[in-house]
Amino acid sequence: MLGKNLDLQLEALQSYAFVARNFNLVKRYWGWELVWLAYSTATSLAVAFIGEGSALITGQEDIDTSFFTVYLLIGTLVWRFLAGLFDNISEMIQWERWEGTIEYTLMAPVHRFTQIAGQAGFAIIYSLIFTMIIGLAMTAVFSLDFTGANLLGALLVLLAGSVSFVALGVTASILPLLYPERGAQMTHIVQAFLLLVSGIYYPIEVLPPVLQVVARISPAAYVLEGIRSAILDGTPTAELWGVILPLLALGIVGMPVGVWAFRQAELYAKRTGKLKRVG
Amino acid sequence: MTITEQVDALTVRSVTKRFNVQRPPIWERLRGHHRAGADDVNGGVARPDTEKRQVTAVDNVSLDVHRGEIYGILGPNGSGKSTLVRLLSTLLIPDAGTVQVFGLDIIRHEMAVKRLINRVSVDAAFFKKLSPLENLLYGARLYGMSGREAREKSVEILGRLGLEPRTYTQPMEEMSRGMQQKVAIARAFLTQPILLLLDEPTTGLDPRSKHEVQDFVNELRDVHDATILITTHDMGEADSLCDRIAILDEGRIVAEDTPTGLKALISSNGHEPTLEDVFMELTGKKLVDPNEVEPAVA
Repeated sequence: MLGKNLDLQLEALQSYAFVARNFNLVKRYWGWELVWLAYSTATSLAVAFIGEGSALITGQEDIDTSFFTVYLLIGTLVWRFLAGLFDNISEMIQWERWEGTIEYTLMAPVHRFTQIAGQAGFAIIYSLIFTMIIGLAMTAVFSLDFTGANLLGALLVLLAGSVSFVALGVTASILPLLYPERGAQMTHIVQAFLLLVSGIYYPIEVLPPVLQVVARISPAAYVLEGIRSAILDGTPTAELWGVILPLLALGIVGMPVGVWAFRQAELYAKRTGKLKRVG
Repeated sequence: MTITEQVDALTVRSVTKRFNVQRPPIWERLRGHHRAGADDVNGGVARPDTEKRQVTAVDNVSLDVHRGEIYGILGPNGSGKSTLVRLLSTLLIPDAGTVQVFGLDIIRHEMAVKRLINRVSVDAAFFKKLSPLENLLYGARLYGMSGREAREKSVEILGRLGLEPRTYTQPMEEMSRGMQQKVAIARAFLTQPILLLLDEPTTGLDPRSKHEVQDFVNELRDVHDATILITTHDMGEADSLCDRIAILDEGRIVAEDTPTGLKALISSNGHEPTLEDVFMELTGKKLVDPNEVEPAVA
């Protein structure tokens, strides 16, 4: 029992090593963080202004611009959060390659699950803070009315979605492990595809039928469906399980599969000599 | 897992590692600019008759490093030294042969082996924007040390290595290569490895820094009971630091003995033979060739 406690304590400390290291990197790269925050805020505001200007754009005065603005705002904020998670997890190997520390980190006595837990912990905290800052900027610009919205339900959907997106990020992080030169680019293609099919700024029903099928396996599509339903329609939490359960299922199945696949990719990289630094 | 007094620190048996050579782009192959199977990159022996071109970076290497020994591997660039260290560090999986660290197989007991070893590579691998303290804290936590303990020990070791306290919180990128290498050694030492793998730790250092690092290596063995495997192409360093030396050429060990024993292998022409003489006699090559590069692997 004591041994198990010590093991857990050790794994918690090792996971924290990744969280602390990443926040130290954020601190040291503060200039770029500021640039990225300003750019993301401007992009999110620009998207939300499309909603505000929808009546003027179409010339139809009966459009519910407030609804449309919140619809887009949910899309842009949720995507900021999920993309942040995906970026920070899928690029964990690429960061180490850029810095030249990949061999040092991978020869440390750390289980991959522990490393991924630490990276995911950082990704969730970082993305949450990042998204909240953008959210605050948006509430300062737009007069938003959340009367009747089920914010707690929306938060539950977001948490469930986080688990499945972490699993997706872990699986994508294999690409930089297998392809030292092009892996990082590949993860961005995956992310772009998710942006296209997940209904971030439009209902997935407008997509061509083939992409609608693909959208059904994108966790982001379920997250957005659930959050929009909770905030725009005030759907009670009890009725949100239809999206929460698939999200949890994707996460529960996806996490061990992702960690296993990562381990297999690591063994392949060790057999073929792909752990060396690049860049 | 207990470690008995009798086992060697390191036992390497018939270890071989081959890499596929990156093929040139298809347009170059179509234009016939590439001669299949010709002029192999150094660091391995060409296998032109195989379907995929391969280089053998480490070729049937066997060696034993005794507990408390400083064991040197001497060889030119591309002779397979770094590949061998990567194999011992669990960063590569051998194609053939076995490696045991204090009796533990590096494949079957990977995690246990990782707790016993640490490595300093020729390029100080750090998060360059982070400070020495931040890098050391990260490394120490990975090995299970608490933040407070790691901070105290880091300050102590950095001071011992002659770093000014004001540099502890500066970004690593603002430090000289010599100082970065000292931090790398401090980071490895911080985790108290009982087998330390030093891959050309003094390459590129000025004579004073080189001397300080060598002193520290001796102290690690004498005071802290560590076993050290060091690769180098600095004959003086190998001669003065190592208890035994293996000479590696094209992935193979061509000789292994004490520095004195190696020198006794060749006849003297009126002067005391050096390890450079030994190397040239055994391999017909010079130890340092600036034109040599590491092999590209696919």
